[in-house]
Amino acid sequence: MGYQTTTAKMNAIFADLSKEYVIYAPKRYVGDGTFVHIDTIRYGEITDLSEIEFAEKSNYSFKEVLLPISETLFYFTENEMKEADAPKKGAIVFLRSCDLHGLKRMDAIYLENGAVDTYYKRLRDNTKFILMGCENSFENCFCVSMGTQQSDDYDAYLKVAGETVLVDSHWDVLDAALAGATQTPVIPDSVTANDTVVTIPETVPQTLFDSPFWEDYGNRCIACGRCNFVCPTCTCFTMQDIFYTDNGKAGERRRVWASCHVDGYTDMAGGHAFRNDKGQRMRFKVMHKVNDYKRRFGTHMCIGCGRCDDVCPEYISFANCINKLDALVNDTAKEEN
Amino acid sequence: MALTELNTSKSENPYIPFLSEITDVIKHTKIEYTFRMTYHGDVKPGQFFEVSLPKFGEAPISVSGIGDGTVDLTIRKVGKVTDEIFENYVGDTLFLRGPYGNGFDIANYKDKEILLVAGGTGLSPVKGIVDYFSAHPDDCKGFTLLVGFKSPKDMLFKKDFEIWKKNINIIMTVDYPDEHYDGNCGLVTQYIPELMIKGLTDAVGIVVGPPIMMKCTISDLLAKGFKEENLWISQERKMCCGIGKCGHCKIDDTYICLDGPVFNYTKGKFLKD
Repeated sequence: MGYQTTTAKMNAIFADLSKEYVIYAPKRYVGDGTFVHIDTIRYGEITDLSEIEFAEKSNYSFKEVLLPISETLFYFTENEMKEADAPKKGAIVFLRSCDLHGLKRMDAIYLENGAVDTYYKRLRDNTKFILMGCENSFENCFCVSMGTQQSDDYDAYLKVAGETVLVDSHWDVLDAALAGATQTPVIPDSVTANDTVVTIPETVPQTLFDSPFWEDYGNRCIACGRCNFVCPTCTCFTMQDIFYTDNGKAGERRRVWASCHVDGYTDMAGGHAFRNDKGQRMRFKVMHKVNDYKRRFGTHMCIGCGRCDDVCPEYISFANCINKLDALVNDTAKEEN
Repeated sequence: MALTELNTSKSENPYIPFLSEITDVIKHTKIEYTFRMTYHGDVKPGQFFEVSLPKFGEAPISVSGIGDGTVDLTIRKVGKVTDEIFENYVGDTLFLRGPYGNGFDIANYKDKEILLVAGGTGLSPVKGIVDYFSAHPDDCKGFTLLVGFKSPKDMLFKKDFEIWKKNINIIMTVDYPDEHYDGNCGLVTQYIPELMIKGLTDAVGIVVGPPIMMKCTISDLLAKGFKEENLWISQERKMCCGIGKCGHCKIDDTYICLDGPVFNYTKGKFLKD
């Protein structure tokens, strides 16, 4: 149901909802960016709609709400283990259409691939998603190529225009709270084109895995893993045990974000590693995002947010890489015929 | 210490390990011990458990033997977790999660002529297969175990070899012999040409060992006339979860922990890290 209301009314509704939910949205952190005088936009708690950064793309995705950077799985002492408590409150997450598609990729890994992940599910079940529209495409976005520019799978859509708020609600709690508001059809803003367009090769022959094509990336990539950490669909983690310095018998097991670009990702006990070459790590990631994930789960993993291109300190463009790979696949096919 | 009901049974949370008692420790070498652990439940050779040591972490260890209410885990002291296990196992329990992975299906090898080629600790995940056909020699048309160790000091399962040799043709070789050793020397691949296989088109080959050993052995077996669909391999990768989440073991669209670690070569040959 669509509604028109005011920011004051909406803030009052969120104030009420905040008794049961922590509200997360992209916020501008002034001067907190990588360089001097550069802001960063990342997720944080909000209490007022004015805190939300609607005008620009967030540098980081919402994924840390469902998959914290470091998450305690359980506490141990001697032979006892205790599962870490879930947060007392649920979460409300403001996010854009591409990221909402990213949520489906996280669901595929954490709910469908093998056993259901206890920690992900308990957060996921208690999270509501509020769509933020995109009036214009941002730099490096290629959501239209990935088919993620629109989504209906939201609990609500919300648009702020001055003092007016437009809401499309799929959530009964919100419907009840907005019962007195003016009803009006609300259609989420979405883009129909991006400056960046990618063409994904249907199949990539395995012979191209060793192509000199990847060496260029090997020379440029510094294995910092930032592309993985900003990506809403990168969900890998590594286990980490810690113990307390005041009591060495007690501690906790955590999982922390992992990156397939960073050294150590494939290292086994004894020292054997499977992808030491950074170009091969790029190949592994690219193939996962736009090739092998689809063969397993039916959709491409990449959702076209372009954050990896935004963040790379070496100016490596993932979108460019896909297009160049497509050209390479076509050229190779022509040569073979 | 009495094991409480709580932590010896499996939790619904797949990340919480259960306590298992160490009932025996068989010392093969200075750095390779088999820990016999209590475990009640279905398990197959080639499956693995995450051995979990609070404060130190977890390590995926394959099942090297299956008993009545026990599983054997042959552990090599080679990392943070396994170092600690070796030093402090006198605590008489370990935490486990699992079993994980598909494991070897004995039915795939029944009534066939079997060649099993193993390198070093690669013998662990396939030991259950050797145990089975050693005890049921009539279930196959012949069993050859071709196994290589680095040196005589690195030999595993010496007592088992004494049992196996009654019903199984064993060719053992070492890379680096010492002065007391008078057996075969060299890599396992040196012994492939002379192997007498009666029906190459039907014979099955199982190959487990270090990556380079598997690659060379498979290549030689194919050259000898083995069919791709009759070859089986088991892969080893870094794994943090064992349940398809952490991503470390993924190759192409395959999760080694879920879809493997055992693969028919027709699938296994496409696994490029």
